[in-house]
Amino acid sequence: MTPTPAATEDPKRLAEFEARIARGDTIEPKDWMPEKYRRQLIRMMSQHAHSEVVGMLPEGNWITRAPSLRRKMSLLAKVQDEAGHGLYIYCGAETLGVDRHELVSQLLNGTAKYASIFNYPTLTWADIGAIGWLVDGAAIVNQTMLAKASYGPYARAMVRICKEENFHKRQGFEIMSLLSAGTPEQRAMAQDALDRWWWPSLMMFGPHDKDSPNSGELLRWGIKQKGNDELRQRFVNLTVGQAKAINLTIPDPKLRHDAETGNWAFGEIDWDEFWRVVKGDGQCNRERLTARRKAHADGAWVREAAEAHAAKRARLESVA
Amino acid sequence: MLGHRLSEWCGHGPILEEDIALTNIALDLVGEANLLLGRAATAENAGRDADALAFLRDVREYRNALIVELPKGDFGFTVARQFLFSVYALHQWEALSTSADDDLAGIAAKALKETRYHVRHSAEWLVRLGDGTDESHGRVQDALDELWRFTGELFLTDDVEQALVKQKLAVDSSSLFDAWKRDVTDVISRATLRMPGDVYMQRGGRSGMHTEHLGVMLAEMQVLPRTYPGAKW
Ligand SMILES: [Fe+2]
Ligand SMILES: [Fe+2]
Repeated sequence: MTPTPAATEDPKRLAEFEARIARGDTIEPKDWMPEKYRRQLIRMMSQHAHSEVVGMLPEGNWITRAPSLRRKMSLLAKVQDEAGHGLYIYCGAETLGVDRHELVSQLLNGTAKYASIFNYPTLTWADIGAIGWLVDGAAIVNQTMLAKASYGPYARAMVRICKEENFHKRQGFEIMSLLSAGTPEQRAMAQDALDRWWWPSLMMFGPHDKDSPNSGELLRWGIKQKGNDELRQRFVNLTVGQAKAINLTIPDPKLRHDAETGNWAFGEIDWDEFWRVVKGDGQCNRERLTARRKAHADGAWVREAAEAHAAKRARLESVA
Repeated sequence: MLGHRLSEWCGHGPILEEDIALTNIALDLVGEANLLLGRAATAENAGRDADALAFLRDVREYRNALIVELPKGDFGFTVARQFLFSVYALHQWEALSTSADDDLAGIAAKALKETRYHVRHSAEWLVRLGDGTDESHGRVQDALDELWRFTGELFLTDDVEQALVKQKLAVDSSSLFDAWKRDVTDVISRATLRMPGDVYMQRGGRSGMHTEHLGVMLAEMQVLPRTYPGAKW
């Protein structure tokens, strides 16, 4: 499946480029890069940015129902952080010569992807805890790796974003641990959320490396440093102990500690479900896109007004 | 209340930058509410905390001005309301920052800084929308006209307030009107908008006579603490 980029690129420049990657150099916007590298990065960064923005929706769903003033503030702050991440990564992608509006229109017309996890519904308050703990937790494992990506602007964005994601994860874990130690209803709510979010969180790392169409190239060019399966294993290893610490049960009868490898072995992911949701048939795929489209359409007159006003201002200033 | 209304924009704003800005303002407002309710709970000294005051009072016990509980409307309505309210809040906080109550004065000093930004941000948008396209001008003018009848209440005073004024704890709200009117008139004219004409001013929030919207909003906001009495979150 690995395409051969050398066919269209100057072989000498390509060899120099690959040597730089091999040395661990960081590639900066002004540096020469193969067209496919640029395209892969745009794809990854825009998907990542879209995910941050779409991810605001399932959590935003609970802002008006947050159960205390403090929780309302921290959820507001979290969702605001995600918007900031989206903005920051869109700006990073723009250093590769694409326009943010173009990327956003790809999201709205359904040609660009975003993290499938956000196509699952947030049904109870515990989902806010589970998302922070598991989804932000899985994102951290991914992004810690991406912070060493070969493309400078992406790597730097990840360093900054990871700090905030760590905070989100702690907050989510705190919500879960409070619920788990709370009333019987709260405890049940927490376990139910873990039951529903566990497998989708494991799916966040993508298909097995052998089934992942982009993995080979991304690894070779240092956009990614580790394969999907290795990262998924790392996440499971980290999370098992945390679940134990707050007395929740991970919904996997096959989960067991493998003394030989030191890893927590786990059951097989339901890949049919994975592909079904990726291809658009998750419960909320339509809702999420509809919500983004509606926000975009409802905001059209506002953006037009801002542009018209800026143009008037510019004319006045050029006269003065 | 207004923080809650603004937070409804989160994830649905006209541009991502504005999602962030509105959420920022919402955060400031909820933070201010938290501090004020905390101070009120201490004064009440009846074992209730800020959360109890926010989540366990029903419509008739709420004392907010009607203008902040109205549904968020379109972006023009949100901007116009934020502007009218923030200018009022600016003068109110300025006055309260010299309150004889140290806690209240401290809250006011913090809120004053935040509110300066809220005024600037909403005034900039009011001008942009007012002096933007025909559509935006029409929409934001409609919003101002619609909101106007809820502004008078902000400057009403009552016996409770007068008692606090005597102790130098609070300010007479009616004394803030002239400064508010001046600031508002200035920005409205810069926005090429027209000042709404005299209308009957609605009132009632301060005595618990609310609009129908508040009950619906509280039903949503209070659902968890009401469903699971005594639970900690
Ligand atoms: Fe994020
Ligand atoms: Fe996050």
